[in-house]
Amino acid sequence: MSIITKLALAAGLATALSSGALAQDISGKVVGFSQIGSESGWRAAETSVTKQQAEERGVDLKFADAQQKQENQIKAIRGFIAQGVDAILVAPVVATGWDDVLQEAKEAEIPVVLLDRGVEAPEDLYLTSVASDQVKEGRVAGQWLVDNVGSEDCKVVELQGTVGSSPAINRKKGFEEAIAGHDNITIARSQTGDFTRSKGKEVMEGFIKAENGGADICAVYAHNDDMAVGAIQAIKDAGLKPGTDIKVVSIDGVPDIFQAIAAGEANATVELTPNMAGPAFDALAAYWADGTEPEKFIITESKLYTAADDPEGEYERRKGLGY
Amino acid sequence: MSETGYVLEARGVVKVFGNHVALDKVNFGLMPGEVHALLGENGAGKSTLIKVLTGAYQPDGGEVLVESQPVTLNNPQHAQTYGIGTVYQEVNLLPNRSVAENLYLGHQPTRYGFVDRRRMERDARTVLARYGLDLDPGSELGTHSVAVQQIVAIARAVELSGKVLILDEPTASLDRNEVERLFDVVRSLKAQGLAVVFITHFLDQVFAIADRVTVLRNGRLIETRALTDVTRTDVVRLMLGKDISFSGATALEEARPAGEVLLDFRNYGRKRSVHPFNLTIHKGEVIGVAGLLGSGRTEMARIMFGADPADEGEVRVAGQKTAIDNPTDAISRGFGFCPEDRKAEGIFGELSVRENIVIALQGKLGWFSALNRDEQMEIAGRFGEAMDIRAASLDMPVKLLSGGNQQKVILSRWLATDPAFLILDEPTRGIDVGAHAEIVRTINRLRDEGLALVVISSELDEVVAYSSRIVVMRDREMVAELHGENINPGVIVQAIASNQTGASA
Amino acid sequence: MTRRMLGRLANPQLLALVGVLLINWLLFPSFFRVTWQDGRLFGSVIDVLNRGAPVAILSIGMVGVIATKGVDLSVGAVMAVAGAVAASLVVAGYPAPVAVIAALLVGLLCGLWNGFLVAVLDIQPIVATLVLMVAGRGIAQLITQGFIVTFNDPLLIFIGTGSFLGLPMATVIALVLLVLVTLLVRKTAIGLFIEAVGVNRAAASLAGIRSRMLLILVYALSGLCAAIAGIIVAGDIRGADANNAGLWLELDAILAVVIGGTSLLGGRFSVPLAVVGALIIQAMNTGILVSGFPPEFNLIVKAGMIILILLIQSPLATRIAPRRPQRARIGVQRTAK
Repeated sequence: MSIITKLALAAGLATALSSGALAQDISGKVVGFSQIGSESGWRAAETSVTKQQAEERGVDLKFADAQQKQENQIKAIRGFIAQGVDAILVAPVVATGWDDVLQEAKEAEIPVVLLDRGVEAPEDLYLTSVASDQVKEGRVAGQWLVDNVGSEDCKVVELQGTVGSSPAINRKKGFEEAIAGHDNITIARSQTGDFTRSKGKEVMEGFIKAENGGADICAVYAHNDDMAVGAIQAIKDAGLKPGTDIKVVSIDGVPDIFQAIAAGEANATVELTPNMAGPAFDALAAYWADGTEPEKFIITESKLYTAADDPEGEYERRKGLGY
Repeated sequence: MSETGYVLEARGVVKVFGNHVALDKVNFGLMPGEVHALLGENGAGKSTLIKVLTGAYQPDGGEVLVESQPVTLNNPQHAQTYGIGTVYQEVNLLPNRSVAENLYLGHQPTRYGFVDRRRMERDARTVLARYGLDLDPGSELGTHSVAVQQIVAIARAVELSGKVLILDEPTASLDRNEVERLFDVVRSLKAQGLAVVFITHFLDQVFAIADRVTVLRNGRLIETRALTDVTRTDVVRLMLGKDISFSGATALEEARPAGEVLLDFRNYGRKRSVHPFNLTIHKGEVIGVAGLLGSGRTEMARIMFGADPADEGEVRVAGQKTAIDNPTDAISRGFGFCPEDRKAEGIFGELSVRENIVIALQGKLGWFSALNRDEQMEIAGRFGEAMDIRAASLDMPVKLLSGGNQQKVILSRWLATDPAFLILDEPTRGIDVGAHAEIVRTINRLRDEGLALVVISSELDEVVAYSSRIVVMRDREMVAELHGENINPGVIVQAIASNQTGASA
Repeated sequence: MTRRMLGRLANPQLLALVGVLLINWLLFPSFFRVTWQDGRLFGSVIDVLNRGAPVAILSIGMVGVIATKGVDLSVGAVMAVAGAVAASLVVAGYPAPVAVIAALLVGLLCGLWNGFLVAVLDIQPIVATLVLMVAGRGIAQLITQGFIVTFNDPLLIFIGTGSFLGLPMATVIALVLLVLVTLLVRKTAIGLFIEAVGVNRAAASLAGIRSRMLLILVYALSGLCAAIAGIIVAGDIRGADANNAGLWLELDAILAVVIGGTSLLGGRFSVPLAVVGALIIQAMNTGILVSGFPPEFNLIVKAGMIILILLIQSPLATRIAPRRPQRARIGVQRTAK
């Protein structure tokens, strides 16, 4: 449990300190949690971390899996309201169509906290929303590259997420912002790897052929770790050393990338923390204690991990979470 | 106003499809309060005439009159406004909606613009009672028997139109009791003054219910007669169209020394398809099968071949009791079958002539003893030549061949399997004269070579010429087995028409 | 004999493949450069052969199904299941050969299930295989419990990424399968029977062909091929990704078969041309990767090329330009023998 505490502390630090609410005791509170489903490893990790965070605080968590359907989430929220829970956490599956049910929660005086995705509804219908900043994630990754290549010329190849998805758009934007003004760093090629390992590998193979057998590539930036893992294999198959010949930086912080960092095959990852619940509970604690209204948008930290950050330890910490 | 007294009339109606004349100056009149049977073999023009009378087709010549006034019927809905309703063989209602909805579909009683369900079901109950149906109008139509669905369809047609009711083979999928029930409904409608057109293949039913009969053949009107004036024999003769004399003109193939018994079917039959029959077939003989369309002749052939397995009786092949549950069984015992519908069940249109010929032999050899290309060419060439198949190349798709040549290909397919017994269902229908002669020649040759054959055909002269015996089918029953010297088409026609079973000449 | 060879080569599929490769070469001049590196061939053309192998293998199974007037939508999901089975077993400590055989058997079983639904229960193929398309991915997720199950087993990795005589293992496996299946359908009567059932199932029954057995066989083969492809894809990324393995590949396989000249209405089919169809698709994918188009254009470029290729094959094109396609038709027939 202490490992989890550490993780929670790390991720929730910024918010927790600013609200000063960590000391508040919220044990015995009943909180409903409507999760989208378990479509990805990160999502599964978010579910397990949320349960652990609740247990640690003595909160009685009512969990409802919506299996990717908004109607199930609305049903679950109505159920929570009927049960008279003290607060509701929702990871909304879509952005629209929440006004009515949020209004019902407000009338029942139950605070609602949105996790990792926003909704298009009046801001007074929910207490706060906890989410990461995808543009910032891209910026952190780009900044790492800027700091590490110095003034040498560096041709970057980019493995984009699914075309048109918001993480793909924002993570690309953030990275470009960070390298803007550093003319030695250029994005030579950019293609979609659909967030998957096998497409990441296939696209990287193509890039290597297209860039003089990989000799011209200085770094690969992948919008998620899975594509980076695929790219690392492609680099190895081409007879090059990932992490050395071609630098690898990506986003998410899934266990496998920490293994790669530990092995020197990846250089850095920016964590998208699965701990959205920690800051949410902290905000609730402060709210219940003295009515402190939290900020409307709590941004989780986008922490950079490199070989200097005990990658083996990070791997061990994460592998049981469901990634 | 009405000079002829006809409620619905076709005068000199002509309908042409491409260069095929489907209706050639046909006259047809329908009196109120009569049941008028419309008869004819396939392709005689019955359904074309019906479609003209209900507005589904526009005539290319002549006119349609309702109560002696010339009308133009744009479509079946338009015909309904003139009081003409139709019920087809396949009930085309909605089985998953309620009986009441089906009755009133498209013109439901409304209240404030909404369907008044309660009134609809109340009305439906009264209507159904008139047809002797006591059932819940709210129940799903599909949960009732086909006969009840037919009656609902009739009720709907009558409610919508009310003067003329056209029944297109309504009894095809009904059993005897259900037919009786349907006839009760028809009789009561007739008593109400409705004119009913009744299309069927069952002569018994015609004589049971109809007042007059009109016979079409090859798109021409043959005759319209009151049923009190005609015998069954007359009707069959009109339908088959031979000027058949009743003294022995063409005798059967002279009695030959009977070969050994090859096949013996005992009480062989299949429920809802063919009544059990007995038939013994010798080597070197042709059994002709005569009967009208729908008499069960094709069904009998399919049961013999195992395409629809028999569920009663037994068969012996060369004295051995055996089971024929599927075509593979039949083929392994030396059977072959040329089906009636060449295109749907005979040829493989996209495949080559060569492949079409070897396929049954290859089927017999199995998956792993494949004939190579040269062997296929040799076999296809040999049989193709023997049958005089006219194809530019054995590798061309068979669908490009004429109907007659396709038939020869199918016959070659079976001859390549070296069969002992062949079943040919209408082998000469719809093919040119040359191919026709070739096929008749082949039948004779195969018989002389010692094969046993069963040939189903409407060409009575032809059947008489090559058969040593003739069995007659009627109402899915083998009603006669004719042999002896004085068999001629006339006798066959009488047997087809006759009411008694077991006629022998 | 030489004329026959020429006829075989002058068909629209091979011409289209050559065309796509030439376009790739124009966009990326070193497209055809192949080097020898670490005991294996290395280059974009090799990538086409390697990356095209899973879809080629799927299309080898799919072509028989489509020739019987059917379709197998479940192959993508079956890939995921087979990969999940193989990965989970090696991770659980079973020897790799056991894991591979188990995965193949599971694929075969999936195919038999599809065949049973289609041949015995007479369910329309698109509906019958849709069942497993949806359920299969769920089963794969259950097996992996939502994780990407990663492994370090040398045999599985060799199947996915190894090489034999310098060629990628996936390519070698696809080639061997192509030869085996082509021999299976053309040196026995199975090919003729498949075409007969596809053209006219009623007539095939009356001609004594056991169409039920045949249908079960083609779906089983399709399932087996999907399992092989699934093991390759898992070996390639050293992990079984239940969410993404084989996702939408059933559509690529169907497209490959159609580009290969087999009609969705059944009948005439050619296994080698279906594989050529798969290579055409992959040549386009690889071409897009090396050409440097923005990814937003990927699907549009691909769709445009496919429409062009299908137009070249259409009966209309045959009528407009009768000379070349006529030779081509003979080619198809010869190959189809």
